[in-house]
Amino acid sequence: MIQVENVSKSFRVAKRNAGLKEAVKSLWYRKYEVVQALDRISFLIPEGEMVGYIGPNGAGKSSTIKILSGILTPEEGLVSINGRIPWKQRKEHVREIGVVFGQRTQLWWDVPVIDSFCLLKDIYAVPNIEFNNNLEELTALLHLEEILRTPARQLSLGQRMRCEIAASLLHSPKILFLDEPTIGLDAVSKLAVRDFILKLNEAKKTTVLLTTHDMQDIEALAKRIILIGKGRILLDGSLSELKEQFPNRESLDEMIASLYRRYQI
Amino acid sequence: MQKYISLLRMKFIAGIQYRAAAFAGILTQYAWGGMEILIYRCFYLENQTDFPMQMQALSNYVWLQQGLLALFMAWILENDIFEMITHGNVAYELCRPCDLYNMWIFRNMGVRLSRAALRCLPVFVVAALLPAPYGLKLPPTPGSAGLFLLSAILGFLNAVAFSMLIYVSTFYTFSIQGTRAFCLAVVDLLSGKVIPIPFLPDGIRQIVELLPFASMQNAPLRIYGGDIAGPQAAQAILLQCFWLAAMILAGRILLRKALSRIVVQGG
Amino acid sequence: MKLYLKYLKIHVQSMMEHKASFFLTMAAQVMTTITAFLGISCLFLRFHSVQGFSYQEVLLGYSVILFSFSLAEMFARGFDAFGSILSNGQFDRILLRPRNDIFQVLATKVEFTRIGKLLQAFVMMLYVIFTSDISWTPCKAAIVVLMIFGGAALFSGLFLVYAALCFFTTQGLEFLNIFTDGGRELGKYPMGIYGKAVLRFFTFLVPLAMIQYYPLLYLTGRDSRTILGLCPLTGFVFLIPCHALWKFGVRHFVSTGS
Repeated sequence: MIQVENVSKSFRVAKRNAGLKEAVKSLWYRKYEVVQALDRISFLIPEGEMVGYIGPNGAGKSSTIKILSGILTPEEGLVSINGRIPWKQRKEHVREIGVVFGQRTQLWWDVPVIDSFCLLKDIYAVPNIEFNNNLEELTALLHLEEILRTPARQLSLGQRMRCEIAASLLHSPKILFLDEPTIGLDAVSKLAVRDFILKLNEAKKTTVLLTTHDMQDIEALAKRIILIGKGRILLDGSLSELKEQFPNRESLDEMIASLYRRYQI
Repeated sequence: MQKYISLLRMKFIAGIQYRAAAFAGILTQYAWGGMEILIYRCFYLENQTDFPMQMQALSNYVWLQQGLLALFMAWILENDIFEMITHGNVAYELCRPCDLYNMWIFRNMGVRLSRAALRCLPVFVVAALLPAPYGLKLPPTPGSAGLFLLSAILGFLNAVAFSMLIYVSTFYTFSIQGTRAFCLAVVDLLSGKVIPIPFLPDGIRQIVELLPFASMQNAPLRIYGGDIAGPQAAQAILLQCFWLAAMILAGRILLRKALSRIVVQGG
Repeated sequence: MKLYLKYLKIHVQSMMEHKASFFLTMAAQVMTTITAFLGISCLFLRFHSVQGFSYQEVLLGYSVILFSFSLAEMFARGFDAFGSILSNGQFDRILLRPRNDIFQVLATKVEFTRIGKLLQAFVMMLYVIFTSDISWTPCKAAIVVLMIFGGAALFSGLFLVYAALCFFTTQGLEFLNIFTDGGRELGKYPMGIYGKAVLRFFTFLVPLAMIQYYPLLYLTGRDSRTILGLCPLTGFVFLIPCHALWKFGVRHFVSTGS
């Protein structure tokens, strides 16, 4: 279970105007602006639920994921995941979660994928039997047989993403955070990834928190969505209820766009 | 011409934004200059008769070298350009109505000037306050000052023209990083970065002084302190002109050849 | 330790993917230190000795420093390149793993290209051993080994400080090279020749003289106190405050995330 209560977080950003004069001036003096990345957000995700976490760029999605995975400490608020505070009991906590960053890779670039997997096995101290079972299952479900022996740098984006997802699940985490897992993928790879996540959730009751800009991801995977904008939770409800509010809208994208307009984000 | 100047200006503005890097650079230059002088002082105190320069001339050499590092070193290069070449994005640059050689050489000049502008004054001021013969002193005569200025400009251009050769060679070599680093290490030795050229053994020294590498920093830094003067200075400056022309010509020809090959291959 | 060996295996595999560039990079590395060596040799062709230290004695000090610096660069490269590890999000990934953070940073990079420099340091050392007037005993040999590892620990500690400061600012940290590269630069010669102030700095602040100068005095018979041979242990002690700074940095990172 993921419990988030009144969590806030802010950052400092430097500003400068254009031109030579301004450039010279900023040698001595720089202006900073405080950006409120998260402003008292709260939500609760019970075990086994799949939730879509959406919002425009810079809304605070990644900060939330970082806080939930123990990389970032919030200024205020409480987070409890399966009874642990992520940033206080980091090592115990991360053993139980899997994280996929769509824009970054965790595979070692120059070695075959399977070697990266074996190293992860040792890092997480996964017992042999469990590792072999997981590997077999993931290989079958994500169709990895052909690519396990290829160095990561030679994989296509879709192949790599399938490997990334497998890499995050080798230690059988109970919770999976997916940060834009389908970004840049072709239609076939997208469907394969979605299909896999659905099966995973069904079979293992893995809790999934998914951020994405692809509304079809949401439609396929999440019954519940949380909308965040300018660091605040604007909406938290089921997708079907939301659809009823917009009976005339034809596509999900249009619906989300009008939601963004409604909240001026 | 205007377009190249504004390219230089843009790079200059971008360059002076890195004030933290400049601050760190200044500190490094103080420390490095101080260390060099400490080392040579030991040898100077050991045996003054075998010391091939005046101690004051050596101190001037070291402090000018530190302050103007960005102008004279061969290894001030832009990674953007290497990436552009290795990833085949040069084709985009060719779409612009500019001469590629000029574009890159002005970029490089902008980068170097911005770094030198931020660093030279603080280094010179502090070095000037050090007691003789370990600090930086004004050139002995107005004449040597004028010659230094001329030679420094030529040295700067020589360094830029040489870095153009390094960029262009990227089209022809594989494993760029390794080869480049290897060459630059050799250049450091031959240009008088590792030890000033007068400290090289006789016989080797005379040859090294004729190479283009000596035209980058060796000539201006030694003219400043009067270590090279009179007809020798004139000769050094002529040599600088010769190498500058030769390197620009070589760079242009090699670049044209490389580009024609790319166009044939279609990128 | 077993896990570190696994990491090493991965690094060797990666390296083998780029053999040609590996050897060229190694050659380039060696070239930079060879030029430094040539510089020293040129000066000694001219001056023959510096403050009473002979060519061989100077080379012994330099080879120790080069040896330990290259060892530190090879195995503690993860800290040296920590800025990029931080900016490309690799450190986030490290925090996502149930293992010690320092260990994982160490394991991110192993720079095998430094083998060339190690080899060069080794050759210089052999040359000194066979040509110098030092009468070697097992005890003196052990001191040289201690100097090398103490120095490696000291330089690793400096890299660790650099990495720890990366948590607070990513810019301008090049100035720390004053201590690492600068230490290596001054370490070309016995560190006592530069005068009292410099020696004091490298005794109490960055204890490089403890690794190189004081044991060298004993090895070359300038000072007969055997205790000087134990000075290099300071290198390991130096790691303690460095580690504390790192811990502090991690705590800061987790609370700001910048």
